[in-house]
Amino acid sequence: MSITAEEAGRLSRTQSTTASAISLGNRLGMSNLWVAFMALLLGLPMGLYQVAERSGYFPWLESSHVYFASTSTHGVLMAYVLTTFFMMGYGYHSMAHSLKIKTWSPLFSWVGFYLAVFGTALAALMLLTGKASVMYTFYPPEMANPLFYIGAVLLVVGSWFWCIDMIAGMTQWKKQNPGKPVPLVMFGTTINALLWLWTSAGVAIEALFQLVPVSLGLKETLDPGMARTLFSWTLHAIVYVWLIPAYIAMYTLVPKLAGGKLFSDEFARIAFVMLFIFSVPIGFHHLYMDPQQAAGWKLLHMLGTFMVAVPTFLTGFTVLASLEIASRLRGGKGVFGWMMSVDWKEPMVVAGMLAMFMLTFGGFGGLINASYSLNAMIHNTQWVTGHFHLIFGGTTVIMYLAVAYWVWPKITGRQLFSKAMAVWQLWLWFIGMLVLTLPWHYIGLLWYPRRVSSTPYEHVGVVAQWGIYELMMVVGGAILVVSGLLFIYNLIRTHFNKTAERDLTVSYAEAIHPPLKVPNILNSLTFWNWAMVAYMLISYGYPLLQFFFIGTHGAIPYGI
Amino acid sequence: MHVDPLEKRWLYVVGGIVAFTIAVQVYYAAAKNIHPPSNVQTIDSAKLHLSKEFAEDKLGVHKNADGSLDVTMVAARYGFYPQEIVVPIDTPVRLRIASLDVLHGLLVPYSNLNLMVVPGYISEGNTTFTKLGEFPMICNEYCGIGHDYMYARVRVVPKNN
Repeated sequence: MSITAEEAGRLSRTQSTTASAISLGNRLGMSNLWVAFMALLLGLPMGLYQVAERSGYFPWLESSHVYFASTSTHGVLMAYVLTTFFMMGYGYHSMAHSLKIKTWSPLFSWVGFYLAVFGTALAALMLLTGKASVMYTFYPPEMANPLFYIGAVLLVVGSWFWCIDMIAGMTQWKKQNPGKPVPLVMFGTTINALLWLWTSAGVAIEALFQLVPVSLGLKETLDPGMARTLFSWTLHAIVYVWLIPAYIAMYTLVPKLAGGKLFSDEFARIAFVMLFIFSVPIGFHHLYMDPQQAAGWKLLHMLGTFMVAVPTFLTGFTVLASLEIASRLRGGKGVFGWMMSVDWKEPMVVAGMLAMFMLTFGGFGGLINASYSLNAMIHNTQWVTGHFHLIFGGTTVIMYLAVAYWVWPKITGRQLFSKAMAVWQLWLWFIGMLVLTLPWHYIGLLWYPRRVSSTPYEHVGVVAQWGIYELMMVVGGAILVVSGLLFIYNLIRTHFNKTAERDLTVSYAEAIHPPLKVPNILNSLTFWNWAMVAYMLISYGYPLLQFFFIGTHGAIPYGI
Repeated sequence: MHVDPLEKRWLYVVGGIVAFTIAVQVYYAAAKNIHPPSNVQTIDSAKLHLSKEFAEDKLGVHKNADGSLDVTMVAARYGFYPQEIVVPIDTPVRLRIASLDVLHGLLVPYSNLNLMVVPGYISEGNTTFTKLGEFPMICNEYCGIGHDYMYARVRVVPKNN
C-alpha cells in the first residue's frame, strides 16, 4: 500500500505538531516542577526548626520573631508554592501527552509562569525579612507589608493563566474529537483548573477589597468577620485543589505502573465531579467556632462537608481494587495477602499503597474536624496541624514525589539515578510522617494550642504531658528532612545520569472497561459550573450579604 | 455506563456511613440543641471601654437569679481581662467575650470551651466546668509576636464556696 505525497505531508505535519506540543509541555512541566520542589526543599528544614523550637528542649533556638516568620514562610512555601507549581507543571505535561496539543499560546503560558515566579519571590522576600509574619492564612486585622499581599495575588493570577490553558485545551480537543471521552487524566486536570478558579476567587476578593487597600493605607478599616468568611470560601476547597493531582496520579499512573488496569474510568470521573461540587460551598467548617455566622449556615455547610467524603471513599475503593488486580496478576493471594505481592520495587506503587494507608488515618481525623459539635474538642489545637500534615504532607505530597520519579526520566530522557533510593526515600517519608503526625494529633487532644512558639503557661499539670510527644515529633521532622534531601539528590543526579531512559512513551492506565462513550455530564464541565453557581449562591449568598446590613464595625489594622 | 456489582455494594456502604454520621450531627443539633458558638452580634471594638457590657467595671463573673453564671471578658494583646475568674463546679456558665484589637481565641483544657474572638463581634460560649482545680485559659489564635504569653486562669472551686 502506498500513500500519496499529500497524505505523507499531512502525516509528517501532524507528527511535528505533536512533537512540538510535547516539547513545550515538557519544558513548561519541568520549569514548574522545579520551582515546586525548590519550595519543598526550602520549606522542609523550616518545619524541623519549628517543631524543635516549640518543644522547649533547645532553648538556644527560641525566638518568637524567627518562629512566626518561619511558620508563615513554611506555610506559604508548602501550601501555596509547592502545590500551585506542581499542579501547573503536572498539568502542562499531562495536557501535552494526553491531548497532544499545544497550549493556545506558548507566550501566554510562559507569562503566567514568570508572573507566578515573580509573585512568589516578592512574597518570599517579605516573609523572610519578617515583614509578613501573619501566617499563610493572613489573619487581618493584623497587617503585613503590602508587597506580601501583592506577591501572593500575582502568584494566584499567574496560576489563572494555567487554568485558562487547561480549559482552552480541553475545549479545543473536544471540538476536534466530537463524542469521544476526554482522557481521564485531562478530565481530572481540567476540573481542577476550574475548581482553582472558583476556589481562589474568595481569597482574591479578600485581597483586592480588604487586604491590599488597607495595607496600603487607602482604606482605614476592614471587617475581619467578612475577611474570615471570604477566606473560608478558599480554605477548604484549596485542599482539594492540592489533592486532585495526587488522585489523578492514583487513577492514571498507579494502576499502570503496578502492571494492572484501572478498575473504573467512570467512577473516577464521578469522584472528580463530586470533589468539584462539594469542595467550595462547604467552607464554614473552618468557622464553626466563629461568632460572625449563624448556626443554621454552619449546619448547612456541615452537610456538604460530609458529602465530600464520598469521592474519597470512591477513590480509595477504585485505587485499591486496581492495585489488587495488578497484584493478583502477579500471583498475589488472600483477602489481605495480595498487598504483599504488589510491586514494592516500583516507587509509584509504593507511594500509592502508603498514600492509601495515610488517607485512611487522615480521613478519619477529617470526619472529626468536620463534625459540627465534636469540632469544639480540637479546634485550633495541634490536632488540626497534625491532621493536615498527615493528609497533605503525607497522602498528597508522597504522590507528588512519585510523579516526579516517573516524570523526570520521561522529560530528561535519562534514567532515574536510583530507583532503590527512591523507594527508600518514600518509605522514610511515610515513617517520618507517622512519627511526626501521630503524637501531633495526640497532643492536640491534650489541648496543646496551635500556632504558638512556646508554652509558658504556669499550669504544669497541663503542660508537662506534652514534652515526650514533642520529642517524638522532632525525630519525625528530622526523618522527613533526610527523606526530602534524598529526593532532591536523586532528581539532580538524574539530570546528569549517563544512562538513557529506555522507555520515553508516556501512557496512562487503561480501564478494565475502556469507555467508548461517557454521559455528557461526565465529559463536560458546563453543567457542573452552573451547579456551582447555584450552590455557592445558596451557601455563601446570605452569609456574605449580611455584612452589609447587620451593622458591622470595621477594625483598624495592627502591626505584628 | 458500567457499574460493577462490587462498586454498587460499596456505594451502599458509603451512603450508609455518610447518612449515619450526618444523622447523628443533625439529631444532636435539633433534639439536644447542641450548636457551636454562633450568636452573630456586632460591637465596636474601638469603643469597648464605653460599652454597657464590656466597660472595665462590668467585666468578671456575675451571678444570675437561677444560680447560673454570666462571665464577661475582654481579650486584648496579650491577655484576657479579668486575668483570673473563679467559678463553682457543675454550674452553667455563659461566657461573653469581645476583642479590643485583633483576632484571638480561647481554649480551656478539661472543658469544651473553645471560641474564636473576632474584633467587631461578641463571642458567646456556654459550658459547665466539671473538674476542680486551676486551668489556663489559653489564647489559641495567633495574635502577634507575644501570642504565646496570652493566657488567663480559671479556678474551678467546690460549689458551696
